[in-house]
Amino acid sequence: MTCREVSGFLHDYVAGELEPDVLAEFNRHLDGCANCRAFLGQYRDTIALGREAAAGTMPDLPDDLVKAVLATLKK
Amino acid sequence: MDEAALATGLRAGDEQTFEALIRTHGSRLLAVARRILGNDEEAREAVHEAFISAFRAREQFQAQSRVSTWLHRIVVNAALQKLRVRKRRAEDAIDDLLPRFLPNGDHVERFVAWTEPADETVARHEIAEVVRRAIDQLPESYRTVLLLRDIEGLSTEESANALQTTANAVKIRLHRARMALRTLLAPHFQGANA
Repeated sequence: MTCREVSGFLHDYVAGELEPDVLAEFNRHLDGCANCRAFLGQYRDTIALGREAAAGTMPDLPDDLVKAVLATLKK
Repeated sequence: MDEAALATGLRAGDEQTFEALIRTHGSRLLAVARRILGNDEEAREAVHEAFISAFRAREQFQAQSRVSTWLHRIVVNAALQKLRVRKRRAEDAIDDLLPRFLPNGDHVERFVAWTEPADETVARHEIAEVVRRAIDQLPESYRTVLLLRDIEGLSTEESANALQTTANAVKIRLHRARMALRTLLAPHFQGANA
């Protein structure tokens, strides 16, 4: 398996969806390729950073929005 | 009001329950709509429309579901509907943000593990801003898939339904979106590329 092929399998690998024979080849490549291990780490970090960036961005709920929804419902 | 009481009142069409529902979940749903639409005004409209849709479809609410999950799906769909009616922008190609390979299949670039900034408290806030800006730089169709799957937590199938596409298309697009986002984030982390 080449670095290009490993790169193409990253989504399924992270999702735990690789078939056992493909997974074995994938892991064999990773064992011998520090560059792909680092790339996989960055790929995982990217997913985690996206999740963290979304957390803690909770806006205040404008009261006029609440009133507007309730007014629409009364129509 | 707890989740069970909200669900019961919701199905009964009780107006006070519905107001409690809006006040309990509105802020979180507004955040979801803002992430997808990137625009306060449209996000408010999407949340407004989502609550109206939810009220009108209240009899379809399944008792075994969580109200929060049900509302989340409704607001995601309302926001996506707004994205669809927006005048379609020409999309930038994503290829320049994907990894490059030599003819033998090796990576062109050398990678090393990303490192955490030394001052964590200041950095957390700044990193989140950097990541949000990077996500906003992704071409629209990639940004949307990444938001639905990695941030809003929809499954591949749910995302495919919401985007009116196939599960396989969602997987491919998500993978490319993640790799492009990695490229955009790399310069912000010390030692991102050797």
